[in-house]
Amino acid sequence: MPQNEYMERFTKQHGKRLDHEERKRKKIAREGHEAANRAQNFRGLRAKLYAETRRKEKIQMKKKIKAHEERNVKSSAPSEPSSTALPQYLLDRSEAKNAKALSTQIKQKRLEKAAKFSVPLPKVRGMNEEEVFKVVKTGKKTAKKSWKRMITKPTFVGVDFTRRPVKYERFIRPMGLRYKKANVTHTELGVTVQLPIISVKKNPQNPMYTQLGVLTRGTIIEVNVSELGLVTAGGKVVWGRWAQITNNPENDGCINAVLLV
Amino acid sequence: MTTVIPPPSKRQKREAVERASKLEEPEEIPTSSIRVQFVHRANNQPTGPSVSIPLTQATVKNLEILLNSLQGVNDAPDRIPYRFFHERRKGGADEEEEALADNADIWTSLVKSGIVGTEEELVLSYSPQAVFRVKPVSRCANSISGHGEPILAAQFSPATSSRLATGSGDNTARIWDCETGTPLHTLQGHTSWVLCVAYSPDGTMIVTGSNDRTVRVWEAVTGKPLGGPMKGHTAWIRSLCWEPYHLQEQGRPRVASSSKDATVRIWDVISKHADIVLSGHKASVSCVRWGGTGWIYTSSQDKTIKIWEAATGRCLHTLSAHAHWVNHLALSTDFALRTGFFDHTGKIPQGLEEKIAKAKDRFKKAATVNNKVAERLVSASDDNVLLLWDPFGATPTKPIAKLLGHQKQVNHVTFSPDGLYIASASFDNSVKLWNSKDGKFILTFRGHVAPVYQCCFSADSRLLVSSSKDTTLKCWDVRTGKIATDLPGHEDEVYAVDWSPDGNRVGSGGRDKAVRLWRH
Repeated sequence: MPQNEYMERFTKQHGKRLDHEERKRKKIAREGHEAANRAQNFRGLRAKLYAETRRKEKIQMKKKIKAHEERNVKSSAPSEPSSTALPQYLLDRSEAKNAKALSTQIKQKRLEKAAKFSVPLPKVRGMNEEEVFKVVKTGKKTAKKSWKRMITKPTFVGVDFTRRPVKYERFIRPMGLRYKKANVTHTELGVTVQLPIISVKKNPQNPMYTQLGVLTRGTIIEVNVSELGLVTAGGKVVWGRWAQITNNPENDGCINAVLLV
Repeated sequence: MTTVIPPPSKRQKREAVERASKLEEPEEIPTSSIRVQFVHRANNQPTGPSVSIPLTQATVKNLEILLNSLQGVNDAPDRIPYRFFHERRKGGADEEEEALADNADIWTSLVKSGIVGTEEELVLSYSPQAVFRVKPVSRCANSISGHGEPILAAQFSPATSSRLATGSGDNTARIWDCETGTPLHTLQGHTSWVLCVAYSPDGTMIVTGSNDRTVRVWEAVTGKPLGGPMKGHTAWIRSLCWEPYHLQEQGRPRVASSSKDATVRIWDVISKHADIVLSGHKASVSCVRWGGTGWIYTSSQDKTIKIWEAATGRCLHTLSAHAHWVNHLALSTDFALRTGFFDHTGKIPQGLEEKIAKAKDRFKKAATVNNKVAERLVSASDDNVLLLWDPFGATPTKPIAKLLGHQKQVNHVTFSPDGLYIASASFDNSVKLWNSKDGKFILTFRGHVAPVYQCCFSADSRLLVSSSKDTTLKCWDVRTGKIATDLPGHEDEVYAVDWSPDGNRVGSGGRDKAVRLWRH
């Protein structure tokens, strides 16, 4: 494996061979012949592997060609399939309709975006960094520069999390304050289930707390609702759903949340 | 704890008195008189001798009374309101016409500003205004749901404003009772969207054209189908037009339908048989109009307008001056042809002969210019231009005026019922008003915030209603160019609008599937 961009460096320093382009063209031209030669003459396992890679390549190629063809075809758009009825003077004009569809799409998107943040707890008590972080003062260097912090609030760390070496770990998330599950209430169904947390989506206090996975009151978390058996309008099973934490986890020792519907 | 306002000071009192005395002073009109010659606008013939009028008396109201008495009408209720025009000559070459407002007088509008002197003879051309007045619609009287899909076309019966026919995307047409705001009949039979509807000029039949390539005829009173579909077109129907009432053969009315398949078919409604097929266009025929002299006008997306003889199916002229699709056509006699023998008095002639005579008379009255029966044609196009044609003139294949001004495609154009104005609705969010005599631009109705789809004059030509993509209708005052009333209420684009021929109601329909009726 090359350890540096030594080839690029070389061309920068000395340029390319004078016949570089010609050789490249010839190599490309030869490729087909070489492929054919390999296909004909490989034997045994090598032949099998080669055939397999070639098959996959061909599938990709055909897909690409098909996509290009579809792009080139002039669609006879207004011929019918527009689902909504249009007056005769608009039937031959397709542009206007598309623009309308687009604008409604944008509006819909904005609505959804706005709805995402209309949450049960719109306001929470602010927390400053002194409350959340404790300065770690162990060891000679650490104490001197005091750059290490311990998070005093409950946190969520992902399943595949491993701590960094002591030298690089700026934030310590204590084992005892880590949570994997939340008691989530579905307000419409009126049930409360304990569900695994998938991730922390937003901590209203500070974007950094979101990154660190700090769980405080008002935090939006994503929970795994596959057990509830929720289904989308399209008929697909929902597995991740957003919920908002409603209690003070640092006081209670558990996490209670409401599902956002 | 109210504060008593201090009494006005001496200075304030003095100033108030001064102001009052100034206001009292009337505007002085000299006692001299002016000679006026009246000229009929349609035929340029002088009416009566030139009359000397004292300037103090020369208001438009008095001129009206004078003109009526010159024509022998002395009773107040029989008097006809007139609009007076003064021709300004600038350097002899280009002439300009200016209409006098209803409350103007000659001194302030013409003499004071030095346009005419009291020494010379003043020539005023006049044209009769409608003797009745349509009130601007101002409220939504009914919102009737019933259609399951967007409404694509709407037309009032020529006989009465209590019947409205609409065509919809739910494959049906409906007839509505506008008095009660209830659906009367559902016309079922089409297998696809009903794209156009048209009442026959005598109000007894309705013809519908559909996306399923057929044309169907219905009884207007009972809503029963008159026989099966008329098949023949190979693509969807774009426009329908009835044969004018005074040209119809006894018991054998005909209707013309234009289609995307580039042909126009003339159907015998009774035998359900295509009399003549007018083929000659190379692309979708967007609009068809049947003139009162037996000519058929068609516009097409192949950029041409063709004039045909309805009796033989011969192509008389091909007008090719447009640079893009021609979207719509209007005739100066459209209103008279649509309403046949119905007029604002509500008197319907008894016998068949009288009916035909009255329809013919109404057509002639609408079409006569300079003692000649000549209907004018205006075409709207995708090249943002309207062209005004005189098919009966010396050069029928040359447009007499090019109406420039729109900034996007022009979708719809219409003549006012009295034939004086042209209104055009465009995708550039504006409606423009033009003089139909020479195609001069008059004014722009601005107010819509999205493309304007359709517009329709009231029967007295004093008001205009327009429907737009911005979900509103707007009612405009033609003389001032201001909004008379804004009519919000629709929840989505308004595709179709029609003002009833008697002026009582406006009907509209659109994408929100509800028919709305608007009244004063």
